[in-house]
Amino acid sequence: MRSKSLLAAVFAVWFGVALAQEPIKIGSFLAVTGPAAFLGDPELKTLELYVEKLNKAGGVLGRKLQLVSYDSAGDAEKARTFAKRLIEQDKVDVIIGGSTTGETMAVVPLVEQAGVPFISLAGAVVIVEPVKKWVFKTPHTDRMACERIFLDMRGRNIHRIGLISGSGGFDKSMRGQCLNVASTYQVQIVADETYGGGDTDMTAQLTKIKNTAGVQAVLNAGFGQGPAIVTKNFRQLGINVPLYQSHGVASKEYIKLSGGAAEGVRLPAAAMVLGDKLPVGDKQRAVAISYIKDYEARYKQDISTFGGHAWDGLMIAVDAMKRAKSTDKAKVRDAIESTKGFVGLDGVFNMSPTDHMGLDLTYFRMLEVRNGDWALVQ
Amino acid sequence: MSAQFLQFLLAGLTVGAIYALVALGFSIIYNASHVINFAQGEFVMIGGMTTVSFTAIGWPLPLAIAVAVLAAALVGLALEKFAVEPARGASVVTLIIITIGASILLRGLATIVWDKNIHAVAAFSGEAPIRFGGATLVPQSLWVMGITLVIVLLLTWFFGRTLIGKALLATSHNRLAAQLVGISVRKVLLASFGLSAALGAVAGILVAPITFTSWDVGVMLGLKGFAAAILGGLGSGAGAVLGGLLLGLIEAMGAGYVSSAYKDVIAFVIILAVLFFMPSGLLGKRSTDRV
Repeated sequence: MRSKSLLAAVFAVWFGVALAQEPIKIGSFLAVTGPAAFLGDPELKTLELYVEKLNKAGGVLGRKLQLVSYDSAGDAEKARTFAKRLIEQDKVDVIIGGSTTGETMAVVPLVEQAGVPFISLAGAVVIVEPVKKWVFKTPHTDRMACERIFLDMRGRNIHRIGLISGSGGFDKSMRGQCLNVASTYQVQIVADETYGGGDTDMTAQLTKIKNTAGVQAVLNAGFGQGPAIVTKNFRQLGINVPLYQSHGVASKEYIKLSGGAAEGVRLPAAAMVLGDKLPVGDKQRAVAISYIKDYEARYKQDISTFGGHAWDGLMIAVDAMKRAKSTDKAKVRDAIESTKGFVGLDGVFNMSPTDHMGLDLTYFRMLEVRNGDWALVQ
Repeated sequence: MSAQFLQFLLAGLTVGAIYALVALGFSIIYNASHVINFAQGEFVMIGGMTTVSFTAIGWPLPLAIAVAVLAAALVGLALEKFAVEPARGASVVTLIIITIGASILLRGLATIVWDKNIHAVAAFSGEAPIRFGGATLVPQSLWVMGITLVIVLLLTWFFGRTLIGKALLATSHNRLAAQLVGISVRKVLLASFGLSAALGAVAGILVAPITFTSWDVGVMLGLKGFAAAILGGLGSGAGAVLGGLLLGLIEAMGAGYVSSAYKDVIAFVIILAVLFFMPSGLLGKRSTDRV
């Protein structure tokens, strides 16, 4: 009898220790290759770099972190398959991923059913509106992009604009949002053109916008290669009004693909791309400079806002685990939902049961392309 | 002529010239072997991506272009030698399916040799737009249209005046008779694949500065080139050029005056319409069967 209880005790201790040594599994599906590679590639690099750094600093709750990631290549079908694998086979504790809106929305039913906290890195507002219990996101929404752009336009006395957008999930969502909120900022959309995902020539659509009377600016709601072609065609046609893009192209890749045509283009983006160009009192300056230093030292590449989304997702999840003092999915979910005052690369997050994104317009800055680089518009 | 119409016209002619080159590739191979080579689009892709690789390591653009065209021609020859020739006794449908398989293989190899990202190619003579009549044109469009014209003239001379070209034409008219007069049908087939591949590569390189290039540009361009070839009449060189230009113009006008969202649909609706009402295309030979 005594040996049996001793054996049981040893077993319990061994089991407890083994469990404690089990790494915390962070699952991820990202568009590392394919048309959205400029989103997924920096996102993956950021996750890998910081999981490594956190592990070197001792891990979280005394346990190491283990990153399990798959390449969904911008394909919603693949994203769904990989998310299923993460939940059922890899049994991850939290999922940080979904580079594009299409991929994210395909995975939402899975995480809702399985009860796994999911922090998305995609843009469209439909991800968090209506609020879904297990789904959160870090980037600013497309509606906020519209609002930030319209704010800037109002400041420049621009009231009549042409809108051109693509056919992808994010494009369509942002177009819808812009049409909805335009009147609030006294902006009238007088031309509304669309292009297909693989289209290589938008001169027809831009010509129609150019010939619409009274157009004072053009807004391109899209991401991928479409906006780069729109930008080049825009310059070719000699359209003299300001061109605005979405935060979906806030990367050096866009400037490179557009060549010199991107000069003077404005878009809303998180402050982190400016790094040490940020004013000294800025709350985000410290985290931005530190991230840029680590990322560029390791990868010898320019940073982009997309890597910032991934950093925010990972750090919010880790912070939530620390506050919940556990990796129990329900507790972590509750902790994520009550994140307050978290200084991230996208802004300062204040989440709530009705707001699973936690950012407002304050930290969304207006940038302009000058000399092939970003400049802050005051 | 209104400025808007002129703008659409120029856009249509530029993209139409590319479709014409791809369609010529289809027609040449079809002529030599009655096979529709669905890997034609991949030659376009190889041309563009190879140019990207060689300019990235610092080679001057003309040299990179020459190497890219050569590389695509070699791939075309390899395709014929290793995929089509071993199956030469098979039915045409089998051969077509083999080319479809080859196109999938080539796309997969492209993602390994290169990557899945989008790449830009420098324009041949800069990007300063040229304005006339209220419309604008990029210099690259002039290159596209100019070089396509030169190629069409070269091909006319090749098929009309050189022995090899005449041998290719003879094989297309009557294979048995060509064999009887001593033309090696195998060599003709090889030449036709190599020539088509080179044409496709030139198209890919010409258009890459305007449209960017990536591992899967071949899919759409190949299908639209095929639609152009059918429109003009499969097997007819003049038909391929006419079909290409017409398709480009219809697409540009459709996007401009009807709806920009359905631009791609136009090409495929044309395939259907032609196959229903006029299967031999605009300039194709009417085929008759002896019963």
